[in-house]
Amino acid sequence: MKTTMAFRASATTRWLSMGLAAYVLFALSRLEFSWGRFVAGLAHGAQLISRMFPPDMAKGDILWTGMTESLQMALLASLLGILISLPLGLLGARNLMPQPVTWLARGVVAVCRSLHPVIVAILFVKAVGFGALAGILALTVGSIGFVGKLFAEAVEEISAKQVEAVRASGASFANLIIFGVVPQVLARFVGLCTYQLDSNLRNSTMVGIVGAGGIGGALFSAFQRFDYAFVCTILLTIIVIIVLTELLTERVKKVFNV
Amino acid sequence: MAHALEITGLVKEYTSGQPVLKGIDLSVTGAGLTAIIGPSGTGKSTLLRCINRLIDPTQGSVVLRSNNGSVDMCLVRGRALRESRRRIGMVFQEYNLVERLTVMENLLTGRLGYVGAWAAWRRRFTPRDFERAFGLLATVGLADFVDQRADALSGGQRQRVGIARALMQEPDLLLADEPTSSLDPKTSAEIMALLREQGRAAQVPVLVNIHDVALARRYADRIVGMSGGKIVYDGDGEGLSDTMLKNIYGGQTWLS
Repeated sequence: MKTTMAFRASATTRWLSMGLAAYVLFALSRLEFSWGRFVAGLAHGAQLISRMFPPDMAKGDILWTGMTESLQMALLASLLGILISLPLGLLGARNLMPQPVTWLARGVVAVCRSLHPVIVAILFVKAVGFGALAGILALTVGSIGFVGKLFAEAVEEISAKQVEAVRASGASFANLIIFGVVPQVLARFVGLCTYQLDSNLRNSTMVGIVGAGGIGGALFSAFQRFDYAFVCTILLTIIVIIVLTELLTERVKKVFNV
Repeated sequence: MAHALEITGLVKEYTSGQPVLKGIDLSVTGAGLTAIIGPSGTGKSTLLRCINRLIDPTQGSVVLRSNNGSVDMCLVRGRALRESRRRIGMVFQEYNLVERLTVMENLLTGRLGYVGAWAAWRRRFTPRDFERAFGLLATVGLADFVDQRADALSGGQRQRVGIARALMQEPDLLLADEPTSSLDPKTSAEIMALLREQGRAAQVPVLVNIHDVALARRYADRIVGMSGGKIVYDGDGEGLSDTMLKNIYGGQTWLS
């Protein structure tokens, strides 16, 4: 009897879960999400898929230009973003830096994080015009938001004992970072970077929809022309490339012993 | 000129009005192993860390004298502090090796006070540093472990690397904070012997915080007993009577 009491959820938890369940039911009723609607949708879906196949292989040049542009954007944005995140992450680590500095660094990172890449891409298209440059800048901002934040957290989680020993040797602050901090966070950092590259590859296929370069533009216009066969080709290509980079990043992680 | 450490009126308060160290006066001259014993929380670690300024003391002076000059560790700041720290080697209870670096890199950490950042990044230390590192690894019996990562070593091996790293600094003074607390009895004795030998070989004083009174008696030339933030005993192992131990640690059931 006593054990059942010990594991009983608190009153707040029970009220909250009942409230959540009630809201889900309410939302379902409001959105007219019924079985009949779902079955009707299935028929549309089948029609779409039938129009997608066979994939259109004739527009190879549009596909090639768009995909290479996307890849280049992703790579450049990742590089730029990582280069900027490195110092920002270090400056944002509360175990290494004075408080005002961490606030500033964390503020910059938080601003970069707060907006979705597509919204940032629209802003940059308005600011610097259509094309890959806007896309690269948008993806860079997103990379700073992600890598900067998680890198700062990784630095905050390092063992202070190891750093203390390096400090005791009379090392300068820069040498302290190089021998005491970098070895402890390198593996995490490589992991973050490969994840960000992966993420940028996916996002680089999307920012084109708002005119910021890459395959997204071609994809969007194919949708608008109801050219589903070409849409299918583009989607398949994107999937293949994402899977290939996945394999590549696994290799990179192995090399760095993550 | 013999190496010497002179601590006068050292006070450390973590919270104002509640001193952990209540005016420590201690002077250590020449080679020899000084063991500092005392109950947990009495400020032994704080004392050691005030010497190389990993902790800033509240009051007092810690003067280090050698052929390399004389410096009050309590007064130096910035670059001068870092340059003074190079003269003090430290060995830690949990070894504090950089786990993901190799044994060689951990040893070279002892030379970080002497190289610029760009050289440190590329691991460009002087040939003399590498020679010394190989020599020390042979001395501590780890010549075959040069390229091993520190996290692949056993406790005893790690502490040997820790000692070699401290000796890489060619220190004027060697500090060891509970260097044997995480080790088995046999390895503990070996580590103490190594500290004593190396201190004598380099002709520098060795200060060791230690919980094991028997080990302290066996290896120390001098024993300093601390209790309640003060030094209550200073002498050799012989003079450390049961009454004295009771005085240092309190109680007496543990003695019988």
